[in-house]
Amino acid sequence: MAIRLRGVVKRFGDFTAVNGLNLDVPPGICLGLLGPNGAGKSTTMKMLTAQAIATAGSIHVLGFRVPEESKRARAAMGVVPQQDNLDEELTARENLEVFAHLYRVPRRARRQAVDDALALAHLTERQLTKVDDLSGGMRRRLLIARGLVHRPALVLLDEPTVGLDPQVRAELWGLIDGLRAGGTTVLMSTHYIEEAERLADECALMSHGRVIARGSPSSLVAEYAGDQVVEHYGPPDRLTEVERLAQAAGLPTRRTGPSVSVLRAETIPPSLADDLGPDGVRRAASLEDVFVVLTGELVE
Amino acid sequence: MSTTGESAVRPERAPRLRRFEFAPVRGIWRHELALYKRYYRSQSFASMVEPTFFLLAFGYGFGSMVAVVGDYRYLDFVATGVVGTAALFTSVFPGMFNGYIRRVFQHTYDAMLAAPVDVHELVTAEALWIAAKSAVYSCTPIVVGMFFGLDPAFGMLLVPFVTFFTALGFGLFGMWTSSVVPSINSFDYVITGVVTPLFLIAGTFFPIDSLPGWAQNVAYLNPLYHCVELVRDAVFGLDPLADLGHLAGLVVFAALMWLIAVRGMRKRLIG
Repeated sequence: MAIRLRGVVKRFGDFTAVNGLNLDVPPGICLGLLGPNGAGKSTTMKMLTAQAIATAGSIHVLGFRVPEESKRARAAMGVVPQQDNLDEELTARENLEVFAHLYRVPRRARRQAVDDALALAHLTERQLTKVDDLSGGMRRRLLIARGLVHRPALVLLDEPTVGLDPQVRAELWGLIDGLRAGGTTVLMSTHYIEEAERLADECALMSHGRVIARGSPSSLVAEYAGDQVVEHYGPPDRLTEVERLAQAAGLPTRRTGPSVSVLRAETIPPSLADDLGPDGVRRAASLEDVFVVLTGELVE
Repeated sequence: MSTTGESAVRPERAPRLRRFEFAPVRGIWRHELALYKRYYRSQSFASMVEPTFFLLAFGYGFGSMVAVVGDYRYLDFVATGVVGTAALFTSVFPGMFNGYIRRVFQHTYDAMLAAPVDVHELVTAEALWIAAKSAVYSCTPIVVGMFFGLDPAFGMLLVPFVTFFTALGFGLFGMWTSSVVPSINSFDYVITGVVTPLFLIAGTFFPIDSLPGWAQNVAYLNPLYHCVELVRDAVFGLDPLADLGHLAGLVVFAALMWLIAVRGMRKRLIG
């Protein structure tokens, strides 16, 4: 396994951020760690780099025990943090040169490694621009390039596109997809459903510090939401009635603002369909439905 | 869980890393050098002109009233004393403010620690850089003093080494305070309550034997006093036994500060 966590717990005082987490990430896949804010995704990422120390449990990254052998693990992995921590005073190239040193890229290979990382992030033309003068999307690409400058076997992406506009997000997805295609193992935390659907081979849904479901996006949808969903709109009383009828028939529902969605709609018996009424809008089930049903949280 | 299976995925080129490595130190110096190239003018101006002002103001101001102190011209006394002040100011402030800003505002240290860099390597690299810069800048008053009649001496070549160890200790002290203050505004307490008294009771502008007994005892515990004494002895003539004692004081101070700076930073940076 590229990553193996067993019974990992992380407490901050009385607050338990990660609660008995078990997680395996096989080499060569992109695993999306999906969950609402506060699910424990970022804390898990920090424990993998030994920037947070687990209260209990065992962590192995690339075969190295963490935190005991974390330095060796960190040498072989790249990290793209949620928070932009580039040095704004330095140029794009200088930022990469510093990290090429820190990642022990040999002197004779350093220049090429920096050139390659700049090319990968489409920043060759802007390599001498101060980070402060780069756009948000360029900075994000540079952050990814910084985590890849030493060609790591494993990349941790913590909310890689949070706060970016859709166009920049799509650009970054292309970059991340390229990594996956190149055989790099990727662990990506996100709370964007579409991001997980587009990029992840498998998704692990986290809630309250543990994984509550795991599988490929399509298998998760099939297991927890079925093939189809019927959305009913109407006044609150009507929505409550729809929920009651569906749940009485053993069908999961999700409430989103002015609508109630009945999951596994393909299994609704004709008698219940009559009771629910003809006003429902039928659509394909999605990972978003699974997320909401399992975590009880709304998606962004 | 078996680790045998784990070893199968260990990257073949994962380097065998020691507990303390110079590679991250060099990487952090590369970062500092890139910043220094950008800001050396302003940094050099502040670091060299400020002690010169002290030297001229006290040397000529008080010097017009106090011609000699002990066996020295007052201007020579101050020129050698201000070296200590320069070492203090050019190390403790970068330690405090850079340490705090990079940790809290810029998150530079978080980025570095996600790479194969440990907290003790980070602290060591930052402190050595501060000390190396300060060692050079702190010699300014000696050079300026020579323009005003301070006799050149071979012992002056030892001054950068003295200021290096002094600045190493105070740079680390600054880094430690950056790890314990709750906000950047809290540095006012450190500057007024610690740094100012340190520089006033170090024998910089007046000999400490003019102070009351208790203050003299405090001065002996002040690393800056040992720096100033060493600088004066290097310039005017070494007193080997006493100077070894002064040097030992500076080395012990730097070692203690390293321990608490690493501990403080680790507490803040590793959750």
